[in-house]
Amino acid sequence: MTTMTWETRHRLIVSLRYTLLILISAIFIFPIVFMVVSSLKPDLQLLRDSGSLLAFLPYGDVSLNNYADAFERVPMAQFAFNSIFTTVVAMFASILLNSMAAFSFAFLRWRGKALVLSLIIATFIVPFEVIAIPLLLVVNSLPWIGPQGIEVGWLNTYHVQILPFIADSLGIFLFYQYFRDLPDELVEASRIDGASIWQIYTRIIMPIAGPILATVAILKFLVMWNAYIWPLMTIRSEELRPIMVGLQYFFQLNTQWGEIMAYLSVVTIPVLIFYLALQRAFIESIATSGIKG
Amino acid sequence: MIRAAETRKNAPLWVRLLVPKDAPLYQRNEAILGWLMAFPALLVLTIFLVIPFLMAFVMSFTNQRLVSPNPTEWVGLRNFERLLTVRLFTLEPERDEGGALVYDDDGSIAYPRLRNFTRKNPDYPELNGLREFTSWQSGENRTVILAADVVFLRALINTLIFAGVIAPLQGGLALLLALLLNQALPFINVFRAIYFAPVVVSMVVVSLLWRFIYDGQNGLLNTMLGIVTFGSFQPVDWLGNPYTAMPALIAMSAWQAVGFHMVIWLSGLQTIPTSLYEAAALDGAGAWQKFRYVTWPGLRNTAVLILIVIVIQAMGLFVQVDVMTRGGPLDATQSVVFQAVQRGYDKQDIAEGSAISVVLFIIVLAITIVNRYLTRDRDTS
Repeated sequence: MTTMTWETRHRLIVSLRYTLLILISAIFIFPIVFMVVSSLKPDLQLLRDSGSLLAFLPYGDVSLNNYADAFERVPMAQFAFNSIFTTVVAMFASILLNSMAAFSFAFLRWRGKALVLSLIIATFIVPFEVIAIPLLLVVNSLPWIGPQGIEVGWLNTYHVQILPFIADSLGIFLFYQYFRDLPDELVEASRIDGASIWQIYTRIIMPIAGPILATVAILKFLVMWNAYIWPLMTIRSEELRPIMVGLQYFFQLNTQWGEIMAYLSVVTIPVLIFYLALQRAFIESIATSGIKG
Repeated sequence: MIRAAETRKNAPLWVRLLVPKDAPLYQRNEAILGWLMAFPALLVLTIFLVIPFLMAFVMSFTNQRLVSPNPTEWVGLRNFERLLTVRLFTLEPERDEGGALVYDDDGSIAYPRLRNFTRKNPDYPELNGLREFTSWQSGENRTVILAADVVFLRALINTLIFAGVIAPLQGGLALLLALLLNQALPFINVFRAIYFAPVVVSMVVVSLLWRFIYDGQNGLLNTMLGIVTFGSFQPVDWLGNPYTAMPALIAMSAWQAVGFHMVIWLSGLQTIPTSLYEAAALDGAGAWQKFRYVTWPGLRNTAVLILIVIVIQAMGLFVQVDVMTRGGPLDATQSVVFQAVQRGYDKQDIAEGSAISVVLFIIVLAITIVNRYLTRDRDTS
């Protein structure tokens, strides 16, 4: 070691580090590669290949047949629409509701604010699973104004998949933290200039809330797109089901692995693309929510 | 200016309720708007979070079912007693008239049958209806753990083991990854993105995918282990074997979520000032000493946070069990939430499902309180 120059030693350490980083990457990438590659192979070849490293190579009888078969089994377009619809509506609504509440907590003076805020923070520790069953009873007895007048019971609708998730304490808290750290002069100055409170919210505060807005939107996107238990409990009819519930169609006695892999790829690849495109925002949003939550 | 003359006393009730005590009454607009802007979110949280949560508490003291011919009644703590009753019981061996031990045909000590004590035995009313959870030999006697609800007890213990193992495992691996990545080298962000990728993939998808990886016949894991050991590895049905099923779930869950906590460690690492490392280097500290005396003390807050977050997430173990094992084999992967959903939803026994939820909530609350205590302790020292 002593004969080595500092330069060579440094190079050795760096290349060791890269080797390690690449080996670890394999652990995280290979299952996903395996999923996509398998989705292109017929079942017989898929099962044969999984006995060797060929499992990771798209070769042989490669085709999109599994996708065609999977789309025949599952009304893919309908499910995709349902998921996109519920996700997008919940994302926009949660940004609006959470930011309005947080704005009120951060800038406005009203009685009971401190108490309400601490109650909201206390709800962090209630896991969704704890309330899932009573929530089912609640939504089953709520009224809704439909085309036939007032109906009771929200089961089997779009709104039962959206409304329970359009406000959440983590979202409020993340906005609140961000707003609280903004300089007070920002609000004071606009007030003196005669701006109304609503104008301060829409014209001054929200335009500079970009980073935290992305965080809340991304967290909501993940929750909504990956929703599984709740729609499983509340949705009966096929035309309202979201994309993850479609996986149930493949739990058959005679498992068609190629089709499953095709469907898994279809539901995962859009998320991965979205993630890779917004990678920095995604990771930073998790870092913020983790640190503060 | 009539409003200026208005005092707190003669202002309308709603004004007094909304405007803070120490604020001038002319701020009523601000107070009203404040309430209005917070109201939609508060309404949603109340209907869909607070009310169901309170309902879970209330229903856990009743015998409510989703559909039942009988009216719902208060049953006090009965649901909790049924879930949590656990007793230690010592079986004494059978003896002949001379007081000598009786042996079975296979040479082991013979004991009276357990059901003699647990089936309406007037001498042992407290054991009525209990079933054997586990037992072991202690001297001549056999000690038996009896439980009213052996499946729930198994689920509770499994969940605690799951949380207890995955917290240090996943937290530790995440720290190792973060330390590897915490250096300004080219492409480091690419690796960070790769390690984080499974976090954005749904747990349902991950579970289905890993069902294939863990398969006993064609599974990828067996294949890989076979290649690494040059074919000497005997294939294991990872999810079908009671001894490997839970470790398999733990490994997969850690794979999926480790990137999440790696990112939290990374942002913790970035709060440690580089001047500290430079000072340590000047003092001749090696890599381990730098970690031990600079990095680790700077990460203690992050460490507590990460452990708590992992434990709380782990207590909610459900999707993996639901998709991969349905609690089997031999209840080896039963979990608290899986039992809550099975009973509350599948069997429509809402009272029992709620009672399980309340037990889970109390455990999570206890963990959070311990966390608060630990964090406060450090802040003052």
